[in-house]
Amino acid sequence: MSAFFKLLARNRMALGGLVVMGLVVVLALITPLLPLIDPDVTNTADRFQPPFSPGHLLGTDQLGRDLLSRLLWGTRLSLAVGFAAALFAAVAGAAVGIIAGFYGGRTDNVIMRGVDMLMAFPYILLALAIVAALGPGLVNALIAVSVVNIPFFARNIRGITVGLAHKEFVDAAKLAGMSNRRIILSEILPNVIPVIVIAMSTTIGWMILETAGLSFLGLGSQPPQADLGSMLGEARSALITNPHTSVIPGIMILIIVMSINLLGDGVRDALDPRLKSGALSRPMAATRVDRKDKPAARTQTEGLLSLENLHTQFHVKNRVYKAVSGVSLSVKPGECLGVIGESGSGKSVTALSIMGLVASPPGVITGGAARLEGRDMIGAPYPELRSLRGRRVAYIFQDPLATLHPLYKVGDQLIEAISCHRAISKSDGRAKAIDLLRSVRIPNAEERIDSYPHEMSGGMRQRVGIAMALANDPDVIIADEPTTALDVTVQAQILSLLNDLRRERGLAIIFITHDFGVVAQLCDRVAVMYAGRIVETGPTMAVLDAPAHPYTARLIACVPELGAGKRKLEAIPGLPPSVDELPMGCAFAPRCLRAQEACQQGEIALAGEDTRAVRCLFPETTLAEETA
Amino acid sequence: MGGYILKRLLLAIPVIFGITVIVFLIMAMIPGDPATAILGSYATPDNVAKINRDLGLDKPLVTRYFIWLWNMLHGDFGTSFSLNRPVIDEVLERFNNTLILAGTSFVMCTVLGIIAGSISAARQYGFADKAITFVVLLGISIPSFFLGMMMILFFAVDLRWLPVSGMYAIYGGGDLPDLIRHLTMPALALAVVATGVVARLSRSAMLEVLRQDFIRTARAKGVGEGRVIWGHALRAAMVSIIPVLGIQAGFVLSGAVYIEIVFQWPGIGRMLVDAILQRDILLVQGGVVFVAACYVIFNIIVDVAQSLLDPRIKT
Repeated sequence: MSAFFKLLARNRMALGGLVVMGLVVVLALITPLLPLIDPDVTNTADRFQPPFSPGHLLGTDQLGRDLLSRLLWGTRLSLAVGFAAALFAAVAGAAVGIIAGFYGGRTDNVIMRGVDMLMAFPYILLALAIVAALGPGLVNALIAVSVVNIPFFARNIRGITVGLAHKEFVDAAKLAGMSNRRIILSEILPNVIPVIVIAMSTTIGWMILETAGLSFLGLGSQPPQADLGSMLGEARSALITNPHTSVIPGIMILIIVMSINLLGDGVRDALDPRLKSGALSRPMAATRVDRKDKPAARTQTEGLLSLENLHTQFHVKNRVYKAVSGVSLSVKPGECLGVIGESGSGKSVTALSIMGLVASPPGVITGGAARLEGRDMIGAPYPELRSLRGRRVAYIFQDPLATLHPLYKVGDQLIEAISCHRAISKSDGRAKAIDLLRSVRIPNAEERIDSYPHEMSGGMRQRVGIAMALANDPDVIIADEPTTALDVTVQAQILSLLNDLRRERGLAIIFITHDFGVVAQLCDRVAVMYAGRIVETGPTMAVLDAPAHPYTARLIACVPELGAGKRKLEAIPGLPPSVDELPMGCAFAPRCLRAQEACQQGEIALAGEDTRAVRCLFPETTLAEETA
Repeated sequence: MGGYILKRLLLAIPVIFGITVIVFLIMAMIPGDPATAILGSYATPDNVAKINRDLGLDKPLVTRYFIWLWNMLHGDFGTSFSLNRPVIDEVLERFNNTLILAGTSFVMCTVLGIIAGSISAARQYGFADKAITFVVLLGISIPSFFLGMMMILFFAVDLRWLPVSGMYAIYGGGDLPDLIRHLTMPALALAVVATGVVARLSRSAMLEVLRQDFIRTARAKGVGEGRVIWGHALRAAMVSIIPVLGIQAGFVLSGAVYIEIVFQWPGIGRMLVDAILQRDILLVQGGVVFVAACYVIFNIIVDVAQSLLDPRIKT
């Protein structure tokens, strides 16, 4: 609760709304105590005095009544009526909602059908019908506005009650023999009241507006009594000759409703947990880059694609999560590099950083370079980056149900992948899309092209994802756990497909996975990541045969082997460290059986020959021995 | 698709039936004697009895309801005593005028609201976002009738750009340009609140969609940012925007009552308020039932549009 108020207080707009609203309420409360002229005393000699006239600060209306006094009394009335209407609607709506939700079954059905029926009306029609039946008058307008809003409360409260009615404490109360009435009053109601209060606070502004509206139409408060709406209604006939009589009550309504809305928004934001974490921000077109030292825009590199000392962080509020801290790697044409690690090791972030696809905010690339044939793409301007994306460096993502657009046909998504890089006619695009689907071995490609993603199986969707990556004959494919969501046989098919494509087209592949089994099947070389760093790298077979880093050894031990007898499968104890508070030295040390004091005392370098290296002081096998 | 539309229409029948029951029951709550209200100072016992017989008010409630329903099904909504004219004729004529006003506003609020909300989301926390958010907040807080009055003062009285009120000029009007000149202010005043609501909703729907994985896929393909926002993201966001448009239509229709009064627009809202003040019950009943039924049908159109947009909805 205190966290809630803190959040609310941090929202300056909401605080402003609260202050203004507070002032208006205080003013309304002390109105009877103020030395005001009687609001209903007419003085036709003094009609339509302008504001700042002697004795009448805001002037007078068409009957010579003091506008300041009428405004304050009218505000008081409008607030009271709005509040009463909200309270009435909330109580009645909550009663209906609780009964429907608690009893369920037929009771629920009948009540909710009735509520739906009321909601089928544009609200004012219902309000007008009620006023028509009861006759114009402030109390009748209040009843009309309340009744119109009952369905809103009933629906909300019913939803919550249904959830509560099946909770253990309600069952316990039933078993204890409590009557339904007592359960509702002592178990359900206390849990529902906060929701009622919040719903009420967000609708009060609306209620004030509505009752003012009915009064404006002449169906609410009747002369000489006036709320803000009827003041405005009466002033309308003199709008052109004496606008101040209309402007004054109108502005007052605006002030009240706006401050309530500001406050309501603040309350809603403070209550929405997704906004608390700052997660509800949209990623920009490219990841934000904020590098202290800018590497050369172009240098000679050995590989086709190479990363140099890449740093990517997530800045959330005051915390900095170092997702990637100094990763260097490279791939040559026709080569497949596996990047392996547990979830949270930074392998996906590394891959997404290459083309600026890390969600930003909160992602920031804080250092290093990603070079395609020597050209650094991290500092590249957006148009250049866009033209490289999908054309030279293509991605295959995990879980194609989420990564394909749900409302576009797969064919259109394929054609778009081509057409956003070069002009292509409709028929050519379609023919090419069918070719692509065939090349990833999708049967009946001519028919499948018109399917939506949800009409396909997981394996088929993954093939579509691969086809899309192949659309522009890219040089590099970055595959981010493309087989994780699939079952084993489909996984094997996808892997052999990727392998064939690599051989046929000379593709360089960066393959991200957490599964050493997959790496063994597909990758020439492998880099093992832990807590945002590469801890070991080398040719796949060498690493598999003789893992040097204790973490690599544990990862390999996690892979079950068929026919390998009763080898004990070992899970790695503990969890990867949170990357906002990394320990000194080796991040794996707290989980490592070989760890010694020295491991956590200083930076440990990635040491070894050019292709085989390990970041460990006490490796399982020393690399020199192995090469000897 | 045809089957789906038919199913939705069939499901609407009980709803419209329920609406007639609710309206009839509300009207039956009227205290006192409608005959006395109609006759005013001519209310001699003989006259009252005659009116009651003429209106069928001497029969039991249930019978009266079914007579009323039966007659409505035959297009007979009764006769308005204050206008001395068949209710249905008056309702159709007035509703047509309201449709011109509310329809224009509805299109405005939909188009402007979605564009403003999408820009706001795409430029989250930027200047455009803050400006739009503020204008939207102002828009949803200002009572439409007050806004209308201020517009009259500014655009009609001060600047003399547009006529103060009415639907056509009294002399020499009646053509389309004349209608547009008269329509501009009320339609705008009516659209403001709904635009604000649609903009807010569109903003949050777009923010929600822009975080989805398929947006990242589109960017990874090399799709330009303009197409990502106005194509991929908006298309997906429409799925959650469209259902709210149906509710907004109800708000526009409701707001039209105030705007018609402020701008002297000869629509059904003004007719209803006048009828209430005159206690012309048949006119109120007929008008409310007619508009509510149209609203139900409109919501079916919205649902059908939704199913056309989202192939995942089983039709």
